[in-house]
Amino acid sequence: MRKIWHNVFPVLVVVTAIMVLWYAFSVVLNKNWAYDKSTRGGYELSFSELVADTWTQKKPHLPTPDQIVVEIWKTTVEKKVTSVRSLVRHGWITLSATLLGFVFGTCFGIILAVGIVYNKAMNNSVMPWVIASQTIPILALAPMIILLLNAGGITGIVPKASIAAYLSFFPVVVGMVKGLRSPEAMMVDQIHTWSANKMQTFWKLRLPSSVPYLFPSLKVGIAASLVGAIVAELTLSQDGGLGARILQANYVGATMLIWSALIVAAALAATLVALMGLADRIVSKRMGFSR
Amino acid sequence: MTETVIEAKGLDLTFETNDGPVHALQDVDLTIKKGEFVSFIGPSGCGKTTFLRVLADLEQPTGGTVTVNGMSPSEARKNRAYGYVFQAAGLYPWRTIAGNIRLPLEIMGIPKAEQAERVRKVLELVHLEGFEKKFPWQLSGGMQQRASIARALSFDADILLMDEPFGALDEIVRDHLNEQLLELWAATNKTIAFVTHSIPEAVYLSTKIVIMSPRPGRVTEIIESTLPKERPLDIRESPEFLEIAHRVREGLRAGHNDA
Repeated sequence: MRKIWHNVFPVLVVVTAIMVLWYAFSVVLNKNWAYDKSTRGGYELSFSELVADTWTQKKPHLPTPDQIVVEIWKTTVEKKVTSVRSLVRHGWITLSATLLGFVFGTCFGIILAVGIVYNKAMNNSVMPWVIASQTIPILALAPMIILLLNAGGITGIVPKASIAAYLSFFPVVVGMVKGLRSPEAMMVDQIHTWSANKMQTFWKLRLPSSVPYLFPSLKVGIAASLVGAIVAELTLSQDGGLGARILQANYVGATMLIWSALIVAAALAATLVALMGLADRIVSKRMGFSR
Repeated sequence: MTETVIEAKGLDLTFETNDGPVHALQDVDLTIKKGEFVSFIGPSGCGKTTFLRVLADLEQPTGGTVTVNGMSPSEARKNRAYGYVFQAAGLYPWRTIAGNIRLPLEIMGIPKAEQAERVRKVLELVHLEGFEKKFPWQLSGGMQQRASIARALSFDADILLMDEPFGALDEIVRDHLNEQLLELWAATNKTIAFVTHSIPEAVYLSTKIVIMSPRPGRVTEIIESTLPKERPLDIRESPEFLEIAHRVREGLRAGHNDA
C-alpha cells in the first residue's frame, strides 16, 4: 500500500498542478470574450461571474478539461460509430493506418538492418540515407508521397500507412543494427569453433541478441507511426481519421473538437506504447532476460 | 600414450597493427601427446592465448606449420576435434542450461533424442544435474563456467582447449573447479591445453608446463611434471610440488630478464 502511494503521489501532484494551471489559463485566455459580451449587454461582471463564464463558453479559446471530457464522452460513447462525428470511427481509421504502417515500417527496418550488418557496401551507403530521410520535414514530404502513390493507382489506407511506415522504420533500423552487432567477439568466436554457418549464427546468436534492442525501438516506432498516420490524414482528409478531424475543426475554430481529437490521439499513442511495453515484458520473461 | 595430438613446428604469427608489426608468436615448436594435460603460463602478451586460438582456427599463423589430430586447424574444427572454453562462460542468456549445452549439438545437426542423452551425460560430468531448466543468471559464476565446460564436452571432442577458464573466479571456487577438472580429465582421458596466469594452478593440473615469454611471444622452457596422476588438493604442500612451482617461477623470471 505504502509502495503504491509512493508511486501514485508524484503523479497526483503533477496532474493537480497541470489542472490548476489549465483552469487558470482558461480564465486568462477566455476573459476577453466574456468582457465583450458584458460590454455589449451593458452589465458588470463580478470575479466569480467572470470565472464561471470563462469555464462554460461554447467556443472558448482554451476549453477546460471538464468541457473536453464531456465532448469526448458525447463523441465516443453517445455517438454511433457510423456517425461522421464519432471519434471512435475516426480513431479506428487512424489506428488501422497506424498499425499497418507500423508493420510495414518494422519489417522494412529489420530487413534494412540485416542488410547493413551483413553487407559492407550497404553499411557504407545506406545509413546516411536513412538518417537523411528523417531530417526532411514529414509535413512537406507526406503530400508528395501521397500524390505519387495516387498517381500510381494506390489509394485508400496504403498511402497513409506508407507515411506511418516512413516515420516508424527509422528507430527500428537504428536499434536492430546495434542489436545485431551486440554479441561480443568472444560469442562470435565461440560459435565459429562449432563451425556454425552464417544462417545459424544469425538465427541462433545475432537475432536473439537483438531482441532487447528491438523493443525500445518498437515503442518509439509505434508512436512515430501514429504521428505519421495523422499527418497523412491532413492531406487525405476526405477519408476521415483523427488528423482529418483536427484539420476540419481548425477551419471552423472548434477548439473543443480539436482538443478532444488531440486527447484521443494522445491516449491512443499511450495505449499503443504501453502495449509494446507489455509485449516487451512478456518476451523478456520468456527469454530469461528479466529476472 | 604416445600418439601425437597437437604438433607445432616453427610457428610464427605477426599481427600488423597501426604501431607496426607485433610478434605474437615466434618459432614455436611444441608436441602434445594424447591424454596430456598441458598448461601454458607466462606474462600478458606472451602469446599463450594466441597459440590456443591458432589451434582453434581463430587466428591464422603467418609462418610454420601446426596440426591438430594430424589435420589443419580448420579441418580439425570441422571434424569437431576440440571443444574451446573461454575465460567468460559465454552462456546465451535466453537459453536454459540444457538449451545452452544443446546449442553446439543443434548447430552440428545431431538428432534430438541423442541431444537430450548427451546433455544429461555432460551435466553429470560437471555435477550440474537438476539445473537443466535454470537460466544462466540463476547460477553462480563457478556453476556457469562448469556449464560452459559441459557445453565444450557435449560433442565429444578428444581435445579441450581452455583459455583461463577460471581466471575470473575467486580462489575457493577455483580450487574446487581445479579438483573437478582433474577428476573429469581422469574420467574422460581427454587431451587438455590450458592457459593460466597462476603458477599453483599450472603445477597442480598439468603433466607438462609450457613457459612462455613476451615480445616476441615464444616458448622458453617446457617442464615435465613428476607428480602422480592422482592428485589430492593437499599435494600442493608437498616438497615435490613446491620444487616444480619453484622451477616454473625461475623459468618465468629468466624469460622476463632476457626480454
